[in-house]
Amino acid sequence: MKRIKIPFKKNDIKELKTGDRVLLTGVIYTARDQAHKRLVEAISKNKKTPVDLKGQIIYYCGQTKTPQGKVIGSCGPTTASRMDEFTPALLKKGVLAMIGKGRRSQQVIQAIKKCQAVYFLTYAGCGALLSKYVKKNEPVAYQDLGPEAIYKLEVRDFPLIVGIDARGNDIFIRERASA
Amino acid sequence: MKVISANKIRDIVSELCIRANLVLRKDILSGLKAAYSRETKRRAKDILKAIINNAYIARKEKLAICQDTGLPVVFLEIGQEVKINGNLMRAINKGVEEGYRRGYLRNSIISNPLSRGKPGYSPVVIHTEIATGNRLKITVLPKGFGCENKTQLKMFNPTVKISEIERFIVDAVKSAGPDACPPYVVGVGIGGTADYACFLAKKALFRRINRQTGHLPAGRQEQANRQTIELEQVLSREINKLNIGPMGLGGKTTCLGVNIETYPTHIAGLPVCVNISCHALRSATKVI
Repeated sequence: MKRIKIPFKKNDIKELKTGDRVLLTGVIYTARDQAHKRLVEAISKNKKTPVDLKGQIIYYCGQTKTPQGKVIGSCGPTTASRMDEFTPALLKKGVLAMIGKGRRSQQVIQAIKKCQAVYFLTYAGCGALLSKYVKKNEPVAYQDLGPEAIYKLEVRDFPLIVGIDARGNDIFIRERASA
Repeated sequence: MKVISANKIRDIVSELCIRANLVLRKDILSGLKAAYSRETKRRAKDILKAIINNAYIARKEKLAICQDTGLPVVFLEIGQEVKINGNLMRAINKGVEEGYRRGYLRNSIISNPLSRGKPGYSPVVIHTEIATGNRLKITVLPKGFGCENKTQLKMFNPTVKISEIERFIVDAVKSAGPDACPPYVVGVGIGGTADYACFLAKKALFRRINRQTGHLPAGRQEQANRQTIELEQVLSREINKLNIGPMGLGGKTTCLGVNIETYPTHIAGLPVCVNISCHALRSATKVI
């Protein structure tokens, strides 16, 4: 089990291998379908994105409403492949890591390799459990999108598994090969 | 004639939304625990443990089991001797809205599928069936869309071999792969028309998983049931050989169960629909 603090240190990502378990501490940003569409539209028009993407971690998550007295409601990962068409553009803008569930396209794997980034998996369908690792939660952009807005989360020891490492090794291909 | 007020239905729907989203079904929880004991790989065990733990946290802390609190599908079985005072459809949508607000659940419904827009809580999808008697049975099934996106329909020839139908169902699960939160519950609808097969596949998901052949009485209807139950068991075994496993990271548990609903169909066809559910299969029922 590796503990990693954000911002990443120089060799953090390079040293991660597919299948490694990681506990992540620091700031991450949620974004899913519509936020991705808007971010990439802004990039293609050379407009400033509402969050500087350089060095950031994107979590594919649309949280529930926050119950009274809690920091956040249920907040597990959504299917990553729906973000595939937008991901290379965000990686090019400096995004270093993504958190989601499920497979990624070949184009995304190539872009991860090229940009020396990483794709993490986290416990899928465990939004209540994952809420325990979130210490702060604040909407920062696209609030008209409701649960699809961009939220800034501060997490502590958020549990992850490396799905695709910076060398482009894909955990799902490896698992299939060992079957 | 029994008279039921729309307001009462609204309140019940509201309660069912909260119960379905916060309290994992007993049969699913048992299925997960059985899977945990069956698995030998550390990672598969670790993930199942997290899933089981998640259900306990959700229940105890009144948090949604999954942030995707779904598109609520509401099934009504209306006895023909029931009279409803007030607007039934409005009562259901109001009930969902109230329940989702009270339970801090997610507003995931957009009013126009093409122009999208700001998400809200309704309208939901409502199915009605007319039954005999004077009871009203309401089931709320909040269907997450990660798995709903993996739905498949195929119109087979009537002369098709059962093995080809089996392959279609297993392949549907294979193509969902690790993406839609395995271990899955696989709902299958066989027969009727294209739309009806899809309805049956969804309806299959609110029945308890892993029914057995042991307690069936004799008779032709039961013969048909026995065949369906045996097919469920064969498919369950085949799907669990896929080694997709919890979170798609390998293991013996790719599905917790397969539920099949059948209906008579036309001489020229054999519609089959597969509606997959993630491991967080949620539903709640009340009979008035």
